[in-house]
Amino acid sequence: MVTAVFLVAAILAVVSAIVAVSHRDPVFNVLSLVVTFFCVAVNYALLGAHFLAAAQILVYAGAILVLFLFVIMLLGAPQTGGDEVKRPVQKSAGLALAAIVAVGGALLALTLKIAPAEAVPAANTQAIGRLLITTYGFAFELISVLLLAAMVGALVLVKRKH
Amino acid sequence: MWAELVVIGGKLLVLATILLTAVPVMVWVERRGAAFIQDRLGPNRVGPMGLFQPIVDSVKLFFKEDVTPAGAHKWLYYLAPMISVFVALLTFIVIPFGDGRDVSVFGTPLGGLMVASGLEVGVLYLLAISSLGVYGIVLAGWSSNNKYSLLGGLRSSAQLVSYELSMGLAVLGIVFATGSVQLDQVVAAQAARLWNVVPQLAGFVVFLTAAFAETNRLPFDLAEAETELVAGYHVEYSSMKFAAFMMSEYINMVTASALMVTLFFGGWTLPGVHLTGWLGLIVSHLVFLAKVSCFMWLFVWVRWSLPRFRYDQLMRLGWKGLLPLATLNLVWVAAAVAMKWTWI
Amino acid sequence: MAIPTAHFLILAALLFGVGAAGVLLRRSGIAILLGIELMLNAGNLALAAFSSQHGNLDGQVFVFFVMAVAAAEVAVGLAILVAIFRKGQSIDVDRLNILRW
Repeated sequence: MVTAVFLVAAILAVVSAIVAVSHRDPVFNVLSLVVTFFCVAVNYALLGAHFLAAAQILVYAGAILVLFLFVIMLLGAPQTGGDEVKRPVQKSAGLALAAIVAVGGALLALTLKIAPAEAVPAANTQAIGRLLITTYGFAFELISVLLLAAMVGALVLVKRKH
Repeated sequence: MWAELVVIGGKLLVLATILLTAVPVMVWVERRGAAFIQDRLGPNRVGPMGLFQPIVDSVKLFFKEDVTPAGAHKWLYYLAPMISVFVALLTFIVIPFGDGRDVSVFGTPLGGLMVASGLEVGVLYLLAISSLGVYGIVLAGWSSNNKYSLLGGLRSSAQLVSYELSMGLAVLGIVFATGSVQLDQVVAAQAARLWNVVPQLAGFVVFLTAAFAETNRLPFDLAEAETELVAGYHVEYSSMKFAAFMMSEYINMVTASALMVTLFFGGWTLPGVHLTGWLGLIVSHLVFLAKVSCFMWLFVWVRWSLPRFRYDQLMRLGWKGLLPLATLNLVWVAAAVAMKWTWI
Repeated sequence: MAIPTAHFLILAALLFGVGAAGVLLRRSGIAILLGIELMLNAGNLALAAFSSQHGNLDGQVFVFFVMAVAAAEVAVGLAILVAIFRKGQSIDVDRLNILRW
């Protein structure tokens, strides 16, 4: 049962990822990526990382991709294509590289000696919260500064000069 | 295993019944309530006191011609109302709507009577799913091939995203005070102490305002206002797809009311009432329904009493008013918890 | 029966490959950013898988930080794209070869 869920989520994730990077309509790309992120959230839940699953949907699918959709719609869904210079050598090189990375990573995962999985402690959300505040407190504060810097940067970049 | 499935199926059935019958009931309450507030009678011809008006309305909507605008993005046009309804229905499963701790059906205890009682992340799931509601609106606005639609859709989704933050911070105050993200723990904590609205009144005000904005109800419904944007993101929708949007709006209202009741007003508990067994179950159901109905009436009351916010006023309120207020509420709760006050 | 960690790693590798293909082969700035998001997610999945395999939560905390960094990066990246679009009316990265703006 669990294996069936994993298989469905994994196959759907890969298929919608392929659609996300190959379709020519940007809105469809974003929507397929939403499906991919959903499947990744399902995988997190299968790993026992429930907080991460909720955070994945909240942050990635619910905020980042909405931002993508906003920008696509504000820019009028520009579709690049048409009279460009065809670069078949670069295209096949890129495809080959990506294939090497994917297949190589998969083979590596299969041949690596990985110890059997141990159980993740329950009360996931509280444990992560405790870790965030105590052990990784400094990184936590740094992340908030980073987000502030990103916000200010984004505002400065798109400010119109009147 | 099968007993658990039957219990979950039963809970889902009760939930679906509550949610789907809330829609026509709310349509009737809205129209009669609006009429009484506006000193007129409202629908009173179809059935006693106009009670069959929503049924007649849905039949009319069902038979209306289903127009698809030329140049509309076919797939997305059909997908958008489906997403809206789907997301609206999904959010309710983490809200406890009764007390089944002492009741066992087929040998399994009913627990805090929410459908997903094993879901560890509780209210985080609810925030996550409601942040997906933006997609229905944005896709509806985009796929209709209409400038007013697009504007309405973008405005509405910007409004939703902005007010999600304040809502999340208000919820965070509650989570802080309770020490758990699971909503049945929140209800149990309120039964043991005061209702959360008393120590966290600022949080409640923030959450109430954000709930009005999240459900696109007046005074925050600029994005779908008839007079400004010709019904905004659902202007090009007719017949059952429009009905789907209306349904999703009312179901969102029910969820927002239920969440307010659970987080701030004690959920299904009444102070001083500790019944057990089947009697406790039924009484807790009725208490919950009564409280939720009060908030639904509040939604209707405010809609016909307050003028609409302009869009820049709306965004200014969300970012410069509610967000600092929610943060102050969080600081206050953190200080109280650090000082180990027991009534927080 | 828990799912062996290797399965999650294979999925992460495949997603990473697809994301890399997207970054390398697409010409629209938005599609490139989408590919980057996909790669980040693949990395997150591998981190979470290893965290589950070791039995401690450090990997999941790291995933949380990666999510925050990804959000910041997407915000700034899209802001850059919007600014470029306003100047040149195109987000085709092949046309962004003049440094004199």
